[in-house]
Amino acid sequence: MAAILLDPLAAIGRATLGACRTVGGIALFALEAVSHLVRPPFYGRLFARAFLEVAWFSLPVVALTAVFTGMVLALQSYTGFARFNAQSAIASVVVISLVRELGPVLAALMVAGRIGASFAAEIGTMRVTDQIDALTTLSTNPMKYLVAPRLLAATIALPLLVLVADVLGVMGGWLIGTLKLGFVSAAYLKSTFDYLETDDVVSGLVKAAVFGFVIALMGTWCGYNSRGGAQGVGGATTSAVVASSILILALDYVLTEIFFAQ
Amino acid sequence: MSPGSDDRRAQAEPSTGGLNRTAMATTPKIRMRGVRKAFGGKQVLDGVDLDVAAGQGMVILGGSGSGKSVTIKCILGLIEPDEGVIEIDGVNVLKLPRREREALGDRIGMLFQNGALFDSLPVWENVCFKLLAQNRITRAKARDRAVEVLAQVGLAATVGDLSPAELSGGMQKRVALARAIAAQPDIIFFDEPTTGLDPIMGAVIDGLIVDCVQRLGATAVSITHDMASARRIGETAAMIYKGRIVWTGPAASLGHSGNAMVDQFANGERDGPIQMELRR
Ligand SMILES: Nc1ncnc2c1ncn2[C@@H]1O[C@H](COP(=O)(O)OP(=O)(O)O)[C@@H](O)[C@H]1O
Ligand SMILES: [Mg+2]
Repeated sequence: MAAILLDPLAAIGRATLGACRTVGGIALFALEAVSHLVRPPFYGRLFARAFLEVAWFSLPVVALTAVFTGMVLALQSYTGFARFNAQSAIASVVVISLVRELGPVLAALMVAGRIGASFAAEIGTMRVTDQIDALTTLSTNPMKYLVAPRLLAATIALPLLVLVADVLGVMGGWLIGTLKLGFVSAAYLKSTFDYLETDDVVSGLVKAAVFGFVIALMGTWCGYNSRGGAQGVGGATTSAVVASSILILALDYVLTEIFFAQ
Repeated sequence: MSPGSDDRRAQAEPSTGGLNRTAMATTPKIRMRGVRKAFGGKQVLDGVDLDVAAGQGMVILGGSGSGKSVTIKCILGLIEPDEGVIEIDGVNVLKLPRREREALGDRIGMLFQNGALFDSLPVWENVCFKLLAQNRITRAKARDRAVEVLAQVGLAATVGDLSPAELSGGMQKRVALARAIAAQPDIIFFDEPTTGLDPIMGAVIDGLIVDCVQRLGATAVSITHDMASARRIGETAAMIYKGRIVWTGPAASLGHSGNAMVDQFANGERDGPIQMELRR
């Protein structure tokens, strides 16, 4: 009888312990990787390769997402604001929502799908084919060689991608505003920049850097700890994308709360 | 050639057969005592005791899943044993600080069971990876050095520019062998170097292993379950069963050693003291 009552409690306890172990494991993993960024040797070549992969090859996806988001934002805010005769606010609404919120979040989600998955698959395959052990036997620290350059590359690349996304998103809004909603081009651009503050842009870029770090961290961590052949690598890839997407949305709230409180 | 490698050769010669060693060389190169390792409740190593003399060729035999790879991964420091002592040159490596342990790894080479070549790098960078990692060589020189080492394992210079994925199984094994010996280690591990190859290619790889090990004067520990291969590359053999070393003896006596387990394994008989575990 008591066993039946206690079983669910034991299960909850086990799950909690498991979750704590995982979070602790990820934190230690991140700390170790970051510590390698300040200790030689440095792998510039690997950083460059990862940076190219994250920044350059994600550019088309992120650019398209940004343009369409800007266009939709302009249309939707027109639908709403026309009811209050507040059409003049559209340009500001488009730029502020893009720069503070949608630019970082949407770019990060797109990059999570591309880069999180590819980091997890690449490192996971290296794990299950003993290539990570081989690195160790070849006098190379795998955390330094595989994880640290990817973390740094994604953390730097994401803000740059978001900057591009911001510009292209505003351009999407401007296209709809001038071609479809009848704004005068100069007036639209003026009201875009009139109410935009440096903090809006900076908070968006800080978010982007955090998201970039999280994407690379989940990708490399899931890959590094994958087990059991092709199926294990597949599972690691899925977990990396799901975990980083959820973390991006959760951290977006936390960061917005922090910036909002200031 | 560095002066160090001459010393190694001097030690290597008298130790053939494990007899007649000088007082200097009586410390085994590798000594394992009571090494235990469990994975999630499954006791894989249950007190492994093993001595490998300097310059000796040791083969470890045992069924699939008997813990052969885990044993050498413990020596390499890739797996941390739960208990026990592992000494290299008389020093317990499990107690060494991380930095010194890594330094020890600089003198050890390893050929992994499936090659474990880096598929993102061309063959020549694979071969000279350790030399480049230790900054012992510039990238320009590494290419020439790679061609030299590839020649030692019977591969043409043009192979250096291919990607590992473009190579056949036998060629991949040769490249993996080249990578294991390129930094001139004094201990080399071979994990099933001939598994998955045809018998002729297997014999060729065995020949290369023997040549390379002799040239370096290195201590070699090989895992195999191919008896012909064991006799070719080993002087001494050890058999692992249920997580323990159950027999050690000359490799030449495999099949008529007098130990029922070893002879059953060597002759591939279905009936005998060894029962294949089908669970887990
Ligand atoms: N990292 C690991 N995690 C969990 N189990 C492992 C690990 N490495 C090996 N094992 C288990 O240990 C046993 C022995 O493996 P191994 O030493 O690779 O066998 P073999 O003698 O064929 O080389 C196997 O049952 C394997 O599943
Ligand atoms: Mg094995």
